[in-house]
Amino acid sequence: MTTQFPLKTGKGRLFIQPDAEAGREISRRKDKRLVSKLTTVKDAVNRYIHDGDYLALGGFGSNRISTSLLHEIVRQKRKDLGLAGHTVTHDCQILAAGRCFNRCDIAYVVGLEARGLSRNARSMFEDGSVEVTEWTNASLAWRFKAAAMGLPFLPARVMMGTDTFEYSGSKEILCPFTGKKLLALPALSPDVALIHVHRADIHGNCQIDGIIMADDDIAKASKRVIITTEKIIPVEDIRREPNRTVIPYWCVDAVIEMPFGSYPANMPGEYFSDEDHLKEWLAAEKDPETFKAFLEKNIFGCSDFYEYLQINGGIEKIKLLREKEFLSN
Amino acid sequence: MADFNSMELMICIAARSLEDGAVVVVGTGAPCAAAMLAQKTNAPNLVIMFEAGGIAPLLPTMPISVGDSRTTHKALMASTMAEIMENCQRGLVDYCFLGGAQIDRFGNLNSTIIGSDHSRPKVRFPGSGGANDLASLCWRTMVVTPQDNKRFVEKLDFCTTPGFLNGGSSRADSGLPEGTGPYRVITDIGVYGFAPDTKEMQLLSLHPGRNTDDVCNNSGFEILIPEKYEYTLEPTEEELRVLRDVVDPLRYIIGR
Repeated sequence: MTTQFPLKTGKGRLFIQPDAEAGREISRRKDKRLVSKLTTVKDAVNRYIHDGDYLALGGFGSNRISTSLLHEIVRQKRKDLGLAGHTVTHDCQILAAGRCFNRCDIAYVVGLEARGLSRNARSMFEDGSVEVTEWTNASLAWRFKAAAMGLPFLPARVMMGTDTFEYSGSKEILCPFTGKKLLALPALSPDVALIHVHRADIHGNCQIDGIIMADDDIAKASKRVIITTEKIIPVEDIRREPNRTVIPYWCVDAVIEMPFGSYPANMPGEYFSDEDHLKEWLAAEKDPETFKAFLEKNIFGCSDFYEYLQINGGIEKIKLLREKEFLSN
Repeated sequence: MADFNSMELMICIAARSLEDGAVVVVGTGAPCAAAMLAQKTNAPNLVIMFEAGGIAPLLPTMPISVGDSRTTHKALMASTMAEIMENCQRGLVDYCFLGGAQIDRFGNLNSTIIGSDHSRPKVRFPGSGGANDLASLCWRTMVVTPQDNKRFVEKLDFCTTPGFLNGGSSRADSGLPEGTGPYRVITDIGVYGFAPDTKEMQLLSLHPGRNTDDVCNNSGFEILIPEKYEYTLEPTEEELRVLRDVVDPLRYIIGR
């Protein structure tokens, strides 16, 4: 029943070592009192995101992302960040614009799905500025889940036999029950998670409409969690429908009310992605001077997210994107 | 004889291969168009899943992202990435549709890098995304891709996603779930399957106007040509009508 094949180990670097005991300590120390965690984007980035931190980004690249926090990271010139590339698309494009990261666990990077590839993000991965370890969407989702479960690893049946495995940080193991080969996926506990949600109370209890992606597990797996929310709701609303709470407050360190805060990405049930603006971004990357001016206009020259939204059409644009979301135009 | 382009042909063939009641995970682009077409023609009960969490939507238009709002339009469930992948790992999902920059004779795919130095690649592609997971776990992997010498290569620069690995029993030996693997490769020239013993790619059916020289001249490895193979049925008027009028009226996919 046992296999004769030698068990292999991927040669990719583990940017974060699994440490279930450390995870337990962090959970123990989290504030369980219902206190307000309301703050601002500037303060949250300043206080909770440091050079060298490892980041997990909620949502799915161009859907339900925390654009305001990403822009602020670029504005505050964070450097040497680590990144969980669990399908990162426009979010990664923003951080690449500031050349903010130097290592990445890759499932999906540099592309914007059907929209094409980001030339600037791609260059970072081609010129050696980013150290990479290869993974897959499932393996990263399950690595977050392992950490969320308080375990050092989870077994899975993906990646085996491929170069993706060879360049990963996983290990082959034998199932103690069947003797069959499995893959051990090390738990991933990011330093900081940035998650945009539909509704949260001031303590950080969060509701999400539509797909959750991996955000429940990411919130539980991460040492610090910053929530931006379309809307602050009273705790009574949370208590009325407790089955809707996807992220419990004790995971959360900061809460910021940011209506339209996923723009130009899609926010399910609220507004569709601004495809024209995303196209403009991709096109601007083709020429360094054009891109520099583009970033000056859209990020560095803006004092905050709403200035950025304003110069790209403001509330009128959002109204159009809402129509598009509801398929009425 | 209906007039159609090679993308329309590939999508129609892909759609026909999905039987009613099957479960399929698709990405954006041609695979999604094929699933939508199947749902509106031969497979009304096709269960479409998107890797980001959307389950059984009634797709109103083509999604731009596998996680956008369209993927849960009138869906039966809005779930998580883990939920979709666990469905696959549990054996619930019959088909996945994949593409890639390179494919080899055993149906292995590269969507990671071009070049030999992984830390300094000549070209960096997105990577696996969910492709490796889906091809590891779904029962049957379908590949839809244009065929030429650049894509059909003797040796991949990087094996992102498992086909039959080194052929023979190597896939089963690797630890991947039993009975899984590449099933069909649909190109603009023909439809291919895999030899039962060696697991090498072999011709199943030639498209209208194509011959076996086209098959050989557009591949960097030898595609097996069995004595008996079939000729692909052209898309019907009805398939083309649904594809053009309902599935992709703005011709995002078929217009290219």
